[in-house]
Amino acid sequence: MAENTAAGTAERTHDVRLEVNGVTHEVTVPARRLLSDALRHECGLTGTHVGCEHGVCGACTVLVDGRPVRSCLMFAVTAQGSEITTVEGLAEPDGSLNPVQQAFRECHGLQCGFCTPGFLTTVTAGIKENPCPTHEEAREMVAGNLCRCTGYQNIVKAVERAAEIARGDTPSAPAPDGDDGGLEAATGETEVARDDDASTTGLGA
Amino acid sequence: MKPTAFDYARPETLEEAVQALGSHPDAKVLAGGQSLVPLMSMRLAAPALIVDINHLPGLDHVTADASGVRIGALARHADVLASADVRRVQPLVSLALANVAHPTIRNRGTTVGSIVHADAAAEMPMVLQLLGGSVDVVGSGGRRTITADELYVAPLESSLAHDEVAVEAFFPALPAGSGVAFEEISRRHGDYAMCGVAAVVAVEDGRVTSARAGYLSVSDVPTVVDLTDALGGSVDEAALARAAEAALAQLEPETDIHATAAYRAHLAKVLTARVLTAAHDHAREE
Ligand SMILES: Cc1cc2nc3c(=O)[nH]c(=O)nc-3n(C[C@H](O)[C@H](O)[C@H](O)COP(=O)(O)OP(=O)(O)OC[C@H]3O[C@@H](n4cnc5c(N)ncnc54)[C@H](O)[C@@H]3O)c2cc1C
Ligand code: FES
Ligand code: FES
Repeated sequence: MAENTAAGTAERTHDVRLEVNGVTHEVTVPARRLLSDALRHECGLTGTHVGCEHGVCGACTVLVDGRPVRSCLMFAVTAQGSEITTVEGLAEPDGSLNPVQQAFRECHGLQCGFCTPGFLTTVTAGIKENPCPTHEEAREMVAGNLCRCTGYQNIVKAVERAAEIARGDTPSAPAPDGDDGGLEAATGETEVARDDDASTTGLGA
Repeated sequence: MKPTAFDYARPETLEEAVQALGSHPDAKVLAGGQSLVPLMSMRLAAPALIVDINHLPGLDHVTADASGVRIGALARHADVLASADVRRVQPLVSLALANVAHPTIRNRGTTVGSIVHADAAAEMPMVLQLLGGSVDVVGSGGRRTITADELYVAPLESSLAHDEVAVEAFFPALPAGSGVAFEEISRRHGDYAMCGVAAVVAVEDGRVTSARAGYLSVSDVPTVVDLTDALGGSVDEAALARAAEAALAQLEPETDIHATAAYRAHLAKVLTARVLTAAHDHAREE
Protein backbone atom coordinates (compact mmCIF):
# COMPACT_ATOMS: atom_id res chain seq x y z
CA MET A 1 0.00 0.00 0.00
CA ALA A 2 1.96 2.99 -1.26
CA GLU A 3 1.25 6.58 -0.31
CA ASN A 4 1.23 9.45 -2.73
CA THR A 5 0.03 13.00 -2.90
CA ALA A 6 -2.40 13.61 -5.71
CA ALA A 7 -1.44 16.39 -8.05
CA GLY A 8 -3.23 19.62 -7.33
CA THR A 9 -4.57 18.62 -3.90
CA ALA A 10 -2.97 18.45 -0.53
CA GLU A 11 -4.73 15.22 0.35
CA ARG A 12 -2.53 12.19 0.34
CA THR A 13 -3.78 9.07 -1.42
CA HIS A 14 -3.01 5.41 -0.92
CA ASP A 15 -2.67 2.61 -3.44
CA VAL A 16 -4.89 -0.14 -2.09
CA ARG A 17 -5.39 -3.67 -3.39
CA LEU A 18 -8.99 -4.79 -2.90
CA GLU A 19 -9.97 -8.43 -3.50
CA VAL A 20 -13.61 -8.25 -4.50
CA ASN A 21 -15.56 -11.30 -5.67
CA GLY A 22 -12.29 -13.03 -6.48
CA VAL A 23 -11.02 -10.16 -8.66
CA THR A 24 -8.16 -7.87 -7.65
CA HIS A 25 -8.83 -4.14 -7.95
CA GLU A 26 -5.88 -1.77 -7.62
CA VAL A 27 -7.36 1.53 -6.50
CA THR A 28 -5.86 4.86 -5.46
CA VAL A 29 -7.90 6.55 -2.75
CA PRO A 30 -7.58 8.98 0.13
CA ALA A 31 -7.64 7.29 3.56
CA ARG A 32 -11.09 8.67 4.24
CA ARG A 33 -12.64 6.82 1.27
CA LEU A 34 -15.33 4.57 2.74
CA LEU A 35 -15.28 0.99 1.50
CA SER A 36 -18.84 1.48 0.23
CA ASP A 37 -17.73 4.41 -1.94
CA ALA A 38 -14.59 2.62 -3.14
CA LEU A 39 -16.69 -0.36 -4.24
CA ARG A 40 -19.15 1.84 -6.07
CA HIS A 41 -16.89 4.49 -7.54
CA GLU A 42 -13.45 2.92 -7.88
CA CYS A 43 -14.49 -0.69 -8.58
CA GLY A 44 -17.68 0.19 -10.43
CA LEU A 45 -19.68 -2.28 -8.34
CA THR A 46 -22.83 -0.26 -7.79
CA GLY A 47 -24.83 -3.18 -6.42
CA THR A 48 -23.72 -2.15 -2.94
CA HIS A 49 -26.19 0.55 -1.95
CA VAL A 50 -25.68 3.43 0.44
CA GLY A 51 -28.63 4.53 2.55
CA CYS A 52 -27.81 6.10 5.89
CA GLU A 53 -24.02 6.03 5.87
CA HIS A 54 -23.85 5.54 9.61
CA GLY A 55 -24.38 1.86 10.13
CA VAL A 56 -28.11 1.76 10.75
CA CYS A 57 -29.88 0.73 7.54
CA GLY A 58 -27.77 -2.21 6.32
CA ALA A 59 -28.09 -1.45 2.60
CA CYS A 60 -24.30 -1.33 2.25
CA THR A 61 -23.67 -4.72 3.89
CA VAL A 62 -20.96 -6.79 2.18
CA LEU A 63 -19.10 -9.90 3.29
CA VAL A 64 -15.58 -9.32 4.59
CA ASP A 65 -13.78 -12.64 4.94
CA GLY A 66 -17.20 -14.28 4.85
CA ARG A 67 -18.85 -12.19 7.57
CA PRO A 68 -21.48 -9.51 6.95
CA VAL A 69 -20.05 -6.06 7.66
CA ARG A 70 -21.25 -2.49 7.03
CA SER A 71 -19.09 -1.20 4.17
CA CYS A 72 -20.02 2.38 5.11
CA LEU A 73 -18.27 1.88 8.47
CA MET A 74 -14.99 0.67 7.04
CA PHE A 75 -12.30 2.64 5.26
CA ALA A 76 -11.13 1.10 1.99
CA VAL A 77 -7.52 1.27 3.23
CA THR A 78 -8.39 -1.02 6.14
CA ALA A 79 -9.84 -3.61 3.79
CA GLN A 80 -6.55 -4.39 2.05
CA GLY A 81 -5.79 -8.06 2.68
CA SER A 82 -9.43 -9.11 3.17
CA GLU A 83 -11.66 -11.03 0.77
CA ILE A 84 -14.73 -8.96 0.01
CA THR A 85 -17.95 -10.32 -1.46
CA THR A 86 -20.58 -7.94 -2.78
CA VAL A 87 -24.03 -8.75 -4.13
CA GLU A 88 -22.43 -9.06 -7.58
CA GLY A 89 -20.42 -12.00 -6.27
CA LEU A 90 -23.26 -14.03 -4.78
CA ALA A 91 -24.46 -15.88 -7.89
CA GLU A 92 -23.34 -19.47 -8.47
CA PRO A 93 -20.26 -20.01 -10.64
CA ASP A 94 -22.52 -20.86 -13.60
CA GLY A 95 -24.29 -17.52 -13.23
CA SER A 96 -27.52 -18.93 -11.76
CA LEU A 97 -29.04 -17.34 -8.67
CA ASN A 98 -27.78 -18.52 -5.30
CA PRO A 99 -30.36 -20.02 -2.90
CA VAL A 100 -30.97 -16.69 -1.18
CA GLN A 101 -31.47 -14.83 -4.44
CA GLN A 102 -33.80 -17.57 -5.64
CA ALA A 103 -35.79 -17.42 -2.44
CA PHE A 104 -36.16 -13.63 -2.52
CA ARG A 105 -37.49 -13.98 -6.05
CA GLU A 106 -39.86 -16.79 -5.20
CA CYS A 107 -41.20 -15.19 -2.03
CA HIS A 108 -41.37 -11.64 -3.35
CA GLY A 109 -38.86 -10.52 -0.76
CA LEU A 110 -38.27 -7.24 -2.57
CA GLN A 111 -40.12 -4.37 -4.11
CA CYS A 112 -37.99 -1.35 -5.03
CA GLY A 113 -34.84 -3.36 -4.37
CA PHE A 114 -32.87 -0.63 -2.66
CA CYS A 115 -32.36 -2.63 0.53
CA THR A 116 -32.00 -5.98 -1.24
CA PRO A 117 -28.21 -6.22 -1.72
CA GLY A 118 -27.75 -5.82 2.04
CA PHE A 119 -30.34 -8.48 2.80
CA LEU A 120 -28.88 -10.92 0.27
CA THR A 121 -25.34 -10.67 1.65
CA THR A 122 -26.53 -10.85 5.26
CA VAL A 123 -28.75 -13.87 4.67
CA THR A 124 -26.19 -15.68 2.49
CA ALA A 125 -23.78 -15.63 5.45
CA GLY A 126 -26.59 -16.17 7.95
CA ILE A 127 -27.85 -19.47 6.58
CA LYS A 128 -24.30 -20.72 6.22
CA GLU A 129 -23.83 -20.17 9.94
CA ASN A 130 -27.29 -21.45 10.82
CA PRO A 131 -28.62 -23.75 8.08
CA CYS A 132 -31.92 -24.46 9.92
CA PRO A 133 -33.15 -21.15 11.32
CA THR A 134 -36.38 -21.18 13.30
CA HIS A 135 -38.92 -18.49 12.46
CA GLU A 136 -37.58 -16.42 15.35
CA GLU A 137 -33.98 -16.89 14.19
CA ALA A 138 -34.95 -15.96 10.64
CA ARG A 139 -36.40 -12.69 11.95
CA GLU A 140 -33.34 -12.09 14.09
CA MET A 141 -31.07 -12.70 11.07
CA VAL A 142 -32.52 -9.70 9.21
CA ALA A 143 -33.29 -7.51 12.21
CA GLY A 144 -30.34 -5.24 11.49
CA ASN A 145 -31.51 -4.35 7.96
CA LEU A 146 -34.17 -1.82 7.12
CA CYS A 147 -36.67 -2.14 4.27
CA ARG A 148 -39.15 0.64 3.59
CA CYS A 149 -41.28 -1.30 1.09
CA THR A 150 -42.05 -4.89 1.89
CA GLY A 151 -43.19 -4.87 5.50
CA TYR A 152 -40.63 -7.65 6.12
CA GLN A 153 -43.05 -10.60 6.10
CA ASN A 154 -41.93 -11.86 2.71
CA ILE A 155 -38.31 -11.21 3.57
CA VAL A 156 -38.56 -13.46 6.62
CA LYS A 157 -40.24 -16.08 4.46
CA ALA A 158 -37.44 -15.76 1.95
CA VAL A 159 -34.91 -16.44 4.70
CA GLU A 160 -36.68 -19.65 5.65
CA ARG A 161 -37.09 -20.64 2.03
CA ALA A 162 -33.43 -19.87 1.25
CA ALA A 163 -32.34 -22.18 4.06
CA GLU A 164 -34.59 -24.90 2.62
CA ILE A 165 -33.16 -24.53 -0.86
CA ALA A 166 -29.59 -24.46 0.46
CA ARG A 167 -30.22 -27.64 2.48
CA GLY A 168 -31.54 -29.32 -0.63
CA ASP A 169 -35.00 -30.12 0.77
CA THR A 170 -36.93 -28.27 -1.87
CA PRO A 171 -40.60 -29.12 -1.33
CA SER A 172 -42.32 -28.57 -4.68
CA ALA A 173 -42.23 -24.75 -5.03
CA PRO A 174 -41.54 -24.19 -8.67
CA ALA A 175 -40.38 -20.58 -8.83
CA PRO A 176 -43.40 -18.52 -9.80
CA ASP A 177 -42.22 -16.48 -12.69
CA GLY A 178 -45.29 -14.41 -13.28
CA ASP A 179 -45.74 -10.79 -12.49
CA ASP A 180 -48.67 -11.34 -10.18
CA GLY A 181 -47.77 -9.07 -7.33
CA GLY A 182 -47.02 -11.86 -4.92
CA LEU A 183 -50.49 -12.83 -3.79
CA GLU A 184 -51.28 -15.34 -6.50
CA ALA A 185 -47.81 -16.78 -6.50
CA ALA A 186 -47.75 -17.25 -2.78
CA THR A 187 -50.95 -19.23 -2.65
CA GLY A 188 -49.41 -22.35 -4.17
CA GLU A 189 -49.17 -25.60 -2.29
CA THR A 190 -45.79 -24.75 -0.91
CA GLU A 191 -44.49 -24.57 2.63
CA VAL A 192 -43.76 -20.95 1.90
CA ALA A 193 -47.35 -20.12 1.15
CA ARG A 194 -48.94 -21.75 4.14
CA ASP A 195 -48.81 -19.01 6.75
CA ASP A 196 -49.17 -16.34 4.18
CA ASP A 197 -52.65 -14.92 4.54
CA ALA A 198 -52.17 -12.37 7.27
CA SER A 199 -48.92 -11.12 5.90
CA THR A 200 -49.77 -10.60 2.27
CA THR A 201 -52.74 -8.53 3.27
CA GLY A 202 -50.36 -6.43 5.32
CA LEU A 203 -52.22 -7.27 8.53
CA GLY A 204 -49.59 -9.59 9.93
CA ALA A 205 -47.48 -8.79 13.00
CA MET B 1 -21.72 13.04 4.93
CA LYS B 2 -18.11 12.01 4.49
CA PRO B 3 -15.29 12.17 7.02
CA THR B 4 -12.79 15.03 6.82
CA ALA B 5 -9.31 14.27 5.47
CA PHE B 6 -6.85 12.59 7.81
CA ASP B 7 -3.45 10.95 7.75
CA TYR B 8 -3.42 7.21 8.07
CA ALA B 9 -0.98 4.90 9.82
CA ARG B 10 -1.18 1.14 9.65
CA PRO B 11 1.31 -0.05 12.28
CA GLU B 12 2.41 -3.67 12.37
CA THR B 13 3.65 -3.71 15.95
CA LEU B 14 2.31 -2.29 19.18
CA GLU B 15 5.45 -0.16 19.55
CA GLU B 16 4.82 1.43 16.16
CA ALA B 17 1.20 2.09 17.13
CA VAL B 18 2.21 3.81 20.38
CA GLN B 19 4.82 5.83 18.52
CA ALA B 20 2.33 6.92 15.86
CA LEU B 21 -0.18 7.99 18.55
CA GLY B 22 2.54 10.00 20.26
CA SER B 23 3.49 11.69 17.00
CA HIS B 24 0.35 13.80 16.80
CA PRO B 25 -1.79 15.43 19.51
CA ASP B 26 -4.91 14.74 17.48
CA ALA B 27 -4.31 11.06 16.68
CA LYS B 28 -6.96 8.41 17.30
CA VAL B 29 -6.97 4.62 17.41
CA LEU B 30 -9.21 2.92 14.85
CA ALA B 31 -10.40 -0.52 15.99
CA GLY B 32 -13.72 -1.83 14.66
CA GLY B 33 -14.77 1.65 13.62
CA GLN B 34 -18.40 1.00 14.60
CA SER B 35 -18.46 4.08 16.81
CA LEU B 36 -15.60 6.13 15.41
CA VAL B 37 -16.49 5.99 11.70
CA PRO B 38 -20.10 7.17 12.12
CA LEU B 39 -18.84 9.98 14.37
CA MET B 40 -16.38 10.95 11.64
CA SER B 41 -18.97 10.69 8.88
CA MET B 42 -21.28 12.95 10.86
CA ARG B 43 -18.25 15.19 11.46
CA LEU B 44 -18.67 15.02 15.20
CA ALA B 45 -15.07 13.79 15.22
CA ALA B 46 -12.28 14.89 12.89
CA PRO B 47 -9.00 13.32 13.99
CA ALA B 48 -5.88 14.44 12.11
CA LEU B 49 -4.27 11.00 12.22
CA ILE B 50 -5.91 7.59 12.31
CA VAL B 51 -3.83 4.77 13.78
CA ASP B 52 -5.41 1.60 12.41
CA ILE B 53 -4.68 -1.22 14.88
CA ASN B 54 -6.59 -3.86 12.93
CA HIS B 55 -3.43 -5.43 11.58
CA LEU B 56 -1.52 -5.79 14.85
CA PRO B 57 -0.68 -9.42 15.60
CA GLY B 58 -1.73 -11.34 18.71
CA LEU B 59 -4.58 -9.17 19.94
CA ASP B 60 -7.61 -11.18 18.86
CA HIS B 61 -7.66 -13.69 21.73
CA VAL B 62 -10.68 -14.64 23.84
CA THR B 63 -9.64 -16.85 26.76
CA ALA B 64 -11.27 -17.97 29.99
CA ASP B 65 -9.89 -19.72 33.06
CA ALA B 66 -10.82 -20.05 36.73
CA SER B 67 -9.89 -16.42 37.42
CA GLY B 68 -11.95 -14.89 34.62
CA VAL B 69 -12.25 -13.90 31.00
CA ARG B 70 -9.57 -12.11 28.97
CA ILE B 71 -10.51 -10.37 25.73
CA GLY B 72 -7.91 -9.02 23.30
CA ALA B 73 -8.32 -5.62 21.66
CA LEU B 74 -9.07 -7.13 18.25
CA ALA B 75 -11.59 -9.73 19.41
CA ARG B 76 -14.87 -8.74 17.80
CA HIS B 77 -18.08 -8.72 19.87
CA ALA B 78 -19.19 -11.70 17.76
CA ASP B 79 -16.10 -13.75 18.69
CA VAL B 80 -16.65 -13.12 22.39
CA LEU B 81 -20.35 -13.90 22.16
CA ALA B 82 -19.59 -17.19 20.36
CA SER B 83 -17.28 -18.42 23.12
CA ALA B 84 -18.78 -21.18 25.28
CA ASP B 85 -15.93 -20.73 27.77
CA VAL B 86 -16.82 -17.09 28.31
CA ARG B 87 -20.46 -18.02 28.84
CA ARG B 88 -19.48 -20.61 31.43
CA VAL B 89 -16.92 -18.57 33.37
CA GLN B 90 -18.73 -15.21 33.36
CA PRO B 91 -22.22 -15.52 31.87
CA LEU B 92 -22.98 -11.81 32.32
CA VAL B 93 -20.49 -10.96 29.56
CA SER B 94 -22.44 -13.09 27.08
CA LEU B 95 -25.86 -11.97 28.33
CA ALA B 96 -24.91 -8.33 27.86
CA LEU B 97 -23.17 -8.80 24.51
CA ALA B 98 -26.28 -10.31 22.99
CA ASN B 99 -27.81 -6.85 23.48
CA VAL B 100 -24.99 -4.93 21.80
CA ALA B 101 -26.28 -3.72 18.43
CA HIS B 102 -26.99 -6.23 15.62
CA PRO B 103 -24.94 -9.25 14.58
CA THR B 104 -23.49 -7.35 11.58
CA ILE B 105 -22.20 -4.57 13.84
CA ARG B 106 -20.89 -7.19 16.28
CA ASN B 107 -18.89 -8.81 13.48
CA ARG B 108 -16.69 -5.74 13.28
CA GLY B 109 -17.01 -3.83 16.58
CA THR B 110 -14.56 -4.83 19.31
CA THR B 111 -15.48 -5.39 22.95
CA VAL B 112 -12.37 -3.56 24.14
CA GLY B 113 -13.17 -0.64 21.80
CA SER B 114 -16.62 -0.42 23.33
CA ILE B 115 -15.15 -0.47 26.85
CA VAL B 116 -12.71 2.39 26.23
CA HIS B 117 -15.23 4.38 24.16
CA ALA B 118 -16.98 4.79 27.54
CA ASP B 119 -20.49 5.43 26.30
CA ALA B 120 -22.98 5.40 29.19
CA ALA B 121 -25.53 3.92 26.78
CA ALA B 122 -23.28 0.96 25.98
CA GLU B 123 -23.54 -2.40 27.69
CA MET B 124 -19.93 -3.43 28.21
CA PRO B 125 -18.60 -0.42 30.17
CA MET B 126 -21.33 -0.94 32.74
CA VAL B 127 -20.71 -4.68 32.92
CA LEU B 128 -16.97 -4.13 33.38
CA GLN B 129 -17.70 -1.77 36.23
CA LEU B 130 -20.32 -3.98 37.87
CA LEU B 131 -18.02 -6.99 37.80
CA GLY B 132 -14.97 -5.03 38.95
CA GLY B 133 -12.98 -5.78 35.80
CA SER B 134 -10.02 -3.95 34.34
CA VAL B 135 -8.25 -2.99 31.12
CA ASP B 136 -4.57 -3.40 30.29
CA VAL B 137 -3.08 -0.59 28.25
CA VAL B 138 0.31 -0.06 26.61
CA GLY B 139 1.79 3.39 26.04
CA SER B 140 5.14 5.15 25.97
CA GLY B 141 5.29 4.62 29.73
CA GLY B 142 4.94 0.84 29.36
CA ARG B 143 2.07 -1.45 30.28
CA ARG B 144 -0.38 -0.79 33.12
CA THR B 145 -3.69 -2.09 34.40
CA ILE B 146 -6.59 0.33 34.86
CA THR B 147 -9.45 -0.87 37.06
CA ALA B 148 -12.98 -0.11 35.89
CA ASP B 149 -13.41 2.33 38.79
CA GLU B 150 -10.48 4.39 37.55
CA LEU B 151 -11.34 4.01 33.88
CA TYR B 152 -14.55 6.02 33.64
CA VAL B 153 -13.89 9.64 34.49
CA ALA B 154 -16.60 11.55 32.63
CA PRO B 155 -19.25 11.04 29.94
CA LEU B 156 -17.55 9.45 26.89
CA GLU B 157 -14.18 9.90 28.57
CA SER B 158 -11.81 7.24 29.81
CA SER B 159 -8.58 7.70 31.72
CA LEU B 160 -6.38 6.31 28.92
CA ALA B 161 -3.47 8.57 28.08
CA HIS B 162 -3.38 9.97 24.56
CA ASP B 163 -0.69 7.57 23.38
CA GLU B 164 -2.05 4.46 25.10
CA VAL B 165 -3.55 1.49 23.28
CA ALA B 166 -5.90 -0.75 25.25
CA VAL B 167 -4.70 -4.30 24.63
CA GLU B 168 -6.89 -6.49 26.82
CA ALA B 169 -9.98 -6.40 29.01
CA PHE B 170 -10.41 -8.65 32.03
CA PHE B 171 -13.74 -9.72 33.55
CA PRO B 172 -13.51 -11.71 36.84
CA ALA B 173 -15.18 -15.13 36.92
CA LEU B 174 -18.57 -15.58 38.54
CA PRO B 175 -17.94 -16.94 42.07
CA ALA B 176 -19.75 -20.09 43.23
CA GLY B 177 -23.09 -19.28 44.85
CA SER B 178 -23.54 -16.10 42.81
CA GLY B 179 -25.94 -15.42 39.99
CA VAL B 180 -26.26 -12.77 37.30
CA ALA B 181 -28.99 -11.32 35.11
CA PHE B 182 -29.32 -8.62 32.46
CA GLU B 183 -32.32 -6.82 30.97
CA GLU B 184 -32.76 -3.78 28.84
CA ILE B 185 -35.53 -1.93 27.06
CA SER B 186 -34.90 -0.27 23.72
CA ARG B 187 -37.19 1.30 21.16
CA ARG B 188 -36.24 -1.10 18.42
CA HIS B 189 -34.50 -4.46 18.44
CA GLY B 190 -30.72 -3.90 18.48
CA ASP B 191 -30.90 -0.20 19.28
CA TYR B 192 -29.09 1.41 22.14
CA ALA B 193 -31.22 0.90 25.24
CA MET B 194 -33.33 3.56 26.95
CA CYS B 195 -32.47 1.77 30.18
CA GLY B 196 -30.54 -1.39 30.94
CA VAL B 197 -29.87 -3.07 34.27
CA ALA B 198 -27.61 -5.95 35.27
CA ALA B 199 -27.35 -7.59 38.69
CA VAL B 200 -24.95 -9.84 40.57
CA VAL B 201 -26.48 -11.56 43.58
CA ALA B 202 -24.70 -13.86 46.06
CA VAL B 203 -26.75 -16.33 48.08
CA GLU B 204 -25.66 -18.34 51.10
CA ASP B 205 -27.96 -20.76 52.97
CA GLY B 206 -30.94 -19.21 51.22
CA ARG B 207 -30.08 -15.66 52.25
CA VAL B 208 -28.87 -12.89 49.97
CA THR B 209 -25.41 -11.94 51.23
CA SER B 210 -24.60 -9.42 48.53
CA ALA B 211 -26.48 -7.69 45.71
CA ARG B 212 -25.19 -5.12 43.28
CA ALA B 213 -26.84 -3.64 40.21
CA GLY B 214 -25.39 -1.72 37.27
CA TYR B 215 -27.29 0.82 35.15
CA LEU B 216 -26.70 1.87 31.57
CA SER B 217 -28.32 4.69 29.67
CA VAL B 218 -29.91 6.11 32.82
CA SER B 219 -27.28 8.63 33.93
CA ASP B 220 -24.52 10.08 31.76
CA VAL B 221 -21.94 7.63 33.11
CA PRO B 222 -22.41 3.91 33.82
CA THR B 223 -23.46 3.57 37.45
CA VAL B 224 -23.18 0.70 39.96
CA VAL B 225 -25.28 0.60 43.13
CA ASP B 226 -24.93 -1.71 46.15
CA LEU B 227 -28.37 -3.01 47.11
CA THR B 228 -27.38 -5.55 49.77
CA ASP B 229 -28.71 -3.56 52.72
CA ALA B 230 -31.90 -2.53 50.94
CA LEU B 231 -32.77 -6.17 50.25
CA GLY B 232 -32.10 -7.20 53.84
CA GLY B 233 -31.32 -10.79 52.86
CA SER B 234 -34.37 -11.62 50.78
CA VAL B 235 -35.94 -10.92 47.41
CA ASP B 236 -39.59 -10.83 48.43
CA GLU B 237 -41.85 -8.11 47.07
CA ALA B 238 -41.20 -5.64 49.86
CA ALA B 239 -37.44 -6.15 49.63
CA LEU B 240 -37.50 -5.62 45.86
CA ALA B 241 -39.51 -2.42 46.26
CA ARG B 242 -37.00 -1.14 48.82
CA ALA B 243 -34.11 -2.02 46.51
CA ALA B 244 -35.68 -0.24 43.55
CA GLU B 245 -36.16 2.91 45.63
CA ALA B 246 -32.62 2.68 46.99
CA ALA B 247 -31.26 2.35 43.47
CA LEU B 248 -33.24 5.30 42.20
CA ALA B 249 -31.97 7.47 45.02
CA GLN B 250 -28.46 7.05 43.61
CA LEU B 251 -29.32 7.56 39.95
CA GLU B 252 -29.84 10.75 38.04
CA PRO B 253 -32.08 9.79 35.12
CA GLU B 254 -31.72 12.10 32.14
CA THR B 255 -34.13 13.22 29.45
CA ASP B 256 -33.18 12.91 25.79
CA ILE B 257 -34.99 12.39 22.49
CA HIS B 258 -35.42 8.67 23.24
CA ALA B 259 -37.04 8.89 26.68
CA THR B 260 -37.96 11.29 29.46
CA ALA B 261 -36.24 11.19 32.84
CA ALA B 262 -39.49 10.02 34.44
CA TYR B 263 -39.84 7.12 32.02
CA ARG B 264 -36.20 6.14 32.56
CA ALA B 265 -36.78 6.19 36.33
CA HIS B 266 -39.79 3.93 35.87
CA LEU B 267 -37.82 1.51 33.71
CA ALA B 268 -34.94 1.48 36.20
CA LYS B 269 -37.32 0.54 39.02
CA VAL B 270 -39.09 -2.22 37.11
CA LEU B 271 -35.91 -3.68 35.67
CA THR B 272 -34.15 -3.57 39.04
CA ALA B 273 -36.78 -5.84 40.54
CA ARG B 274 -36.67 -8.16 37.53
CA VAL B 275 -32.90 -8.62 37.39
CA LEU B 276 -32.55 -9.04 41.15
CA THR B 277 -35.13 -11.81 41.04
CA ALA B 278 -33.53 -13.46 38.03
CA ALA B 279 -29.98 -13.20 39.43
CA HIS B 280 -31.22 -14.66 42.73
CA ASP B 281 -32.77 -17.60 40.86
CA HIS B 282 -29.58 -18.04 38.87
CA ALA B 283 -27.49 -18.06 42.07
CA ARG B 284 -29.61 -20.86 43.48
CA GLU B 285 -29.16 -22.95 40.34
CA GLU B 286 -25.39 -22.46 40.39
C1 LIG C 1 -26.03 0.86 14.24
C2 LIG C 1 -25.18 0.68 15.46
C3 LIG C 1 -25.74 0.26 16.64
C4 LIG C 1 -24.97 0.09 17.77
N1 LIG C 1 -25.58 -0.32 18.92
C5 LIG C 1 -24.84 -0.49 20.03
C6 LIG C 1 -25.44 -0.93 21.24
O1 LIG C 1 -26.66 -1.19 21.32
N2 LIG C 1 -24.64 -1.06 22.33
C7 LIG C 1 -23.28 -0.79 22.28
O2 LIG C 1 -22.60 -0.94 23.29
N3 LIG C 1 -22.69 -0.40 21.16
C8 LIG C 1 -23.42 -0.24 20.03
N4 LIG C 1 -22.79 0.17 18.89
C9 LIG C 1 -21.33 0.48 18.93
C10 LIG C 1 -20.46 -0.76 18.83
O3 LIG C 1 -20.63 -1.59 19.93
C11 LIG C 1 -18.97 -0.40 18.71
O4 LIG C 1 -18.37 -1.54 18.22
C12 LIG C 1 -18.21 -0.07 19.95
O5 LIG C 1 -18.83 0.95 20.65
C13 LIG C 1 -16.81 0.44 19.66
O6 LIG C 1 -15.94 -0.57 19.26
P1 LIG C 1 -15.09 -0.41 17.92
O7 LIG C 1 -14.10 -1.51 17.94
O8 LIG C 1 -15.98 -0.33 16.78
O9 LIG C 1 -14.30 0.96 18.20
P2 LIG C 1 -13.99 2.20 17.24
O10 LIG C 1 -15.22 2.75 16.67
O11 LIG C 1 -12.88 1.85 16.34
O12 LIG C 1 -13.41 3.19 18.35
C14 LIG C 1 -14.24 3.82 19.31
C15 LIG C 1 -13.40 4.73 20.20
O13 LIG C 1 -12.55 3.96 21.05
C16 LIG C 1 -11.17 4.20 20.76
N5 LIG C 1 -10.53 2.87 20.76
C17 LIG C 1 -11.02 1.72 20.21
N6 LIG C 1 -10.20 0.68 20.46
C18 LIG C 1 -9.17 1.17 21.19
C19 LIG C 1 -8.02 0.58 21.77
N7 LIG C 1 -7.76 -0.73 21.66
N8 LIG C 1 -7.17 1.38 22.46
C20 LIG C 1 -7.41 2.71 22.60
N9 LIG C 1 -8.50 3.33 22.09
C21 LIG C 1 -9.38 2.56 21.38
C22 LIG C 1 -11.14 4.88 19.41
O14 LIG C 1 -10.03 5.73 19.29
C23 LIG C 1 -12.45 5.63 19.41
O15 LIG C 1 -12.32 6.83 20.12
C24 LIG C 1 -23.55 0.35 17.73
C25 LIG C 1 -22.97 0.76 16.55
C26 LIG C 1 -23.76 0.95 15.42
C27 LIG C 1 -23.11 1.41 14.15
S1 FES D 1 -25.45 2.83 4.35
FE1 FES D 1 -24.26 1.56 5.60
S2 FES D 1 -25.68 0.95 7.07
FE2 FES D 1 -26.81 2.41 5.97
S1 FES E 1 -37.63 -3.27 -1.24
FE1 FES E 1 -37.69 -1.11 -1.17
S2 FES E 1 -36.57 -0.71 0.63
FE2 FES E 1 -36.73 -2.83 0.68
